[in-house]
Amino acid sequence: MKTKNILVVGVGGQGTLLTSRILGNLAIHSGYDVKLSEVHGMSQRGGSVVTHIRYGKKVYSPLVEVGKADVILAFEKMEALRWRHYLKKDGIIIVNTQEIDPMPVIIGADKYPDDVIEQLQQNENKVIVADALAEARKIGNFRVVNTVLLGLLAKNMDVDVQTWEEAIKQTVPPKTVEVNIKAFQAGYVLA
Amino acid sequence: MGNKRLMLGNEAVARGAYEAGATVAVAYPGTPSTEITEFVATYDDIYAQWSPNEKVALEVGIGSSVSGARTMVAMKHVGVNVAADPLFTVAYTGVNGGLVILVADDPGMHSSQNEQDSRYYARSAHIPMLEPSDSHEAKEFVKEAFDMSEKYDTPVFVRLTTRISHSQSIVEIHDRKDVPLKPYHKDFKKNVMMPAMARVRHVVVEKRMHQMAEDANHCAVNTVEMGDTSIGVITSGVPYQYVKEVLPGASVLKLGMVHPLPKQLIEDFAKKVDQLYIVEELEPIFEEQIKSWGIDVLGKEILTVQGEYSANLLEERIAKNSLGLDTPKQLPVRPPVMCPGCPHRGVYYILHKLKKHATGDIGCYTLGALPPLEGIDTCVCMGASVSMLHGIEKARGKEFIKDWVGIIGDSTFVHSGITGLVDIVYNKGISTVIILDNSTTGMTGHQDNPATGRTLKGEATHVLNLVDLAMSIGITNVRVVNPFKPEEVELAVKEETAKEEPSVIIASAPCELLDRKTKRIPYRIDLDTCKNCGMCMRIGCPAISKQDNKMFINDTLCSGCGLCAKICKFGAIVKEAQ
Ligand code: SF4
Ligand code: SF4
Repeated sequence: MKTKNILVVGVGGQGTLLTSRILGNLAIHSGYDVKLSEVHGMSQRGGSVVTHIRYGKKVYSPLVEVGKADVILAFEKMEALRWRHYLKKDGIIIVNTQEIDPMPVIIGADKYPDDVIEQLQQNENKVIVADALAEARKIGNFRVVNTVLLGLLAKNMDVDVQTWEEAIKQTVPPKTVEVNIKAFQAGYVLA
Repeated sequence: MGNKRLMLGNEAVARGAYEAGATVAVAYPGTPSTEITEFVATYDDIYAQWSPNEKVALEVGIGSSVSGARTMVAMKHVGVNVAADPLFTVAYTGVNGGLVILVADDPGMHSSQNEQDSRYYARSAHIPMLEPSDSHEAKEFVKEAFDMSEKYDTPVFVRLTTRISHSQSIVEIHDRKDVPLKPYHKDFKKNVMMPAMARVRHVVVEKRMHQMAEDANHCAVNTVEMGDTSIGVITSGVPYQYVKEVLPGASVLKLGMVHPLPKQLIEDFAKKVDQLYIVEELEPIFEEQIKSWGIDVLGKEILTVQGEYSANLLEERIAKNSLGLDTPKQLPVRPPVMCPGCPHRGVYYILHKLKKHATGDIGCYTLGALPPLEGIDTCVCMGASVSMLHGIEKARGKEFIKDWVGIIGDSTFVHSGITGLVDIVYNKGISTVIILDNSTTGMTGHQDNPATGRTLKGEATHVLNLVDLAMSIGITNVRVVNPFKPEEVELAVKEETAKEEPSVIIASAPCELLDRKTKRIPYRIDLDTCKNCGMCMRIGCPAISKQDNKMFINDTLCSGCGLCAKICKFGAIVKEAQ
């Protein structure tokens, strides 16, 4: 198997780290070598964040290269566009429609682009758009946006649902297992 | 899976210390090194502590080693600058129990104020340095470092970079080796570094490094992978992984020991390959030494001394494949900001309102430098806010400094702000220093410090009283304010900066992220009352923005701190009904 490259992108505080760890555990469960790369500190305080996940028979570099990502999972709309150049030609980009204004936009020094989805669709790759926040609210906890998105991702990967749920149970805090599984399933049927 | 686990590089280092039988670990938190010590603290067999700064941490570590325990000290690259004083001398005294110093560099400056290369410290302090290239090696190299430390009677550095510290890869775990404390013998010729003894020890240090350089030619951490001999690469650490990715067939000499270098091994390798490249992030440390031996190599001529490397970079510069990659979109930047509900925000809002300048420091409050708060003018290193402020006063006089304050956090104040404050009092300064006391070390992920009342192991301990401390060193004007009460902060800043005496204002409220359990009730904007004046946006809370030309509070971000409600003159910001 060729090494699979996934990028999880979003805004610090959105739970991208936890999501990547679920993916890491998923790869281990499936018997692969896996590497995850993330950056802590500054980037977590509402900044733009990215986690690289690579799995396969033998993985060397912990970083996905530009133009090589099979999947980009974007927690925030504009962040999808920021990292889009990492996607390979026939890759999949899954984007949550949630908008979080960065400070330069808040203070009026810059403008949030209003055609993000259209721009994403200009390339040949597959674009999956979802309002994961609305789904999470329906489930009653806006913090589970991340597992809703994982459900969407699961539909687009050939790993069985049971292995996914195992990986989720193993990674999230015990108290939140139930709501996360619910969110995962909601995301799965959304796709 | 069994004994295989996915581990952060930092977690693997901690595991390595555990398996090596270490019993003492000391550090000051600093990204990307912080988690090492947090993971070490989870092992009951190891005593672990935060020290107020890296110099103290290393000195505690030296004491522990002298008395016979295997000891690990961890810090980030800029922390080594703080610890440099004992560092250069412990190379002379050597060790008793193994002493391993972990240092995490940050190429690309993901969360640092410079990109310094710690390999220079290894060279200038004459201390051997190992560098792993993934989590499993991180664990194994730490064990190797302990053995080496005792075998050669020297402290040993293990260097990580952000991409090793904060990457996760698979680690095979082993049992802990029980290492009894070594007996302590008083030996002043070895441990009392006055000139007469130190001169003797310097000779020992030279001999030891010479021996280690010799042995490095056969050391198992330095590995040669011969393949296609048209390209040879000498590399170490995470760049090794990029080399394997891009040039899977090339011959590679991977240096697990980055100081001292194995001259014979390198010369032999160089002879076997046609074109030799050096792939090292940051400074040309291998390159300069290897070139000085008359070996022909390509390195920084085609690569760079800035930032992190990547497989793409090597693909373009060494394999010479033009990749024709898409360039990233030009989008509004998203710099990190202080969290919604951050207690620092209220202070910055007032400083901005009063048009005060501020010397700043290292911590979450550095995030207040950008608009709209524009809260600090300078940021150099830990403690510099206090001492620089005094320098400004001495250069420009008493009137000038009345428009200035110094800003420092509680943890940073204990790290190296105290001495600056003593300096202000001693040298008759009149500066006003604001300690933003959020009861934690926020930026690195909420570590305890001497002012929080808890140790690293979670035990209750004495709480350093900042008010008493300031008074005891001679500050007579000390006041505590609540940063969520803007009028209180404003009055204090006005009054204290006007005084021709030194003052300390302690703005005290816990970091928003410390207590996530309590249910937050978000605020919202009552659009009927809102005059759309935009005042609330001046506090720079990321939860408040303008959507469709109307003020809007994002309920998924708002922490319910209520600061904006106090800023709004029209009472348009109200609590969400529950
Ligand atoms: S972590 Fe705490 S101190 Fe740091 S910005 Fe957030 S609320 Fe403020
Ligand atoms: S109450 Fe106001 S200032 Fe506080 S977090 Fe919410 S929006 Fe921000």
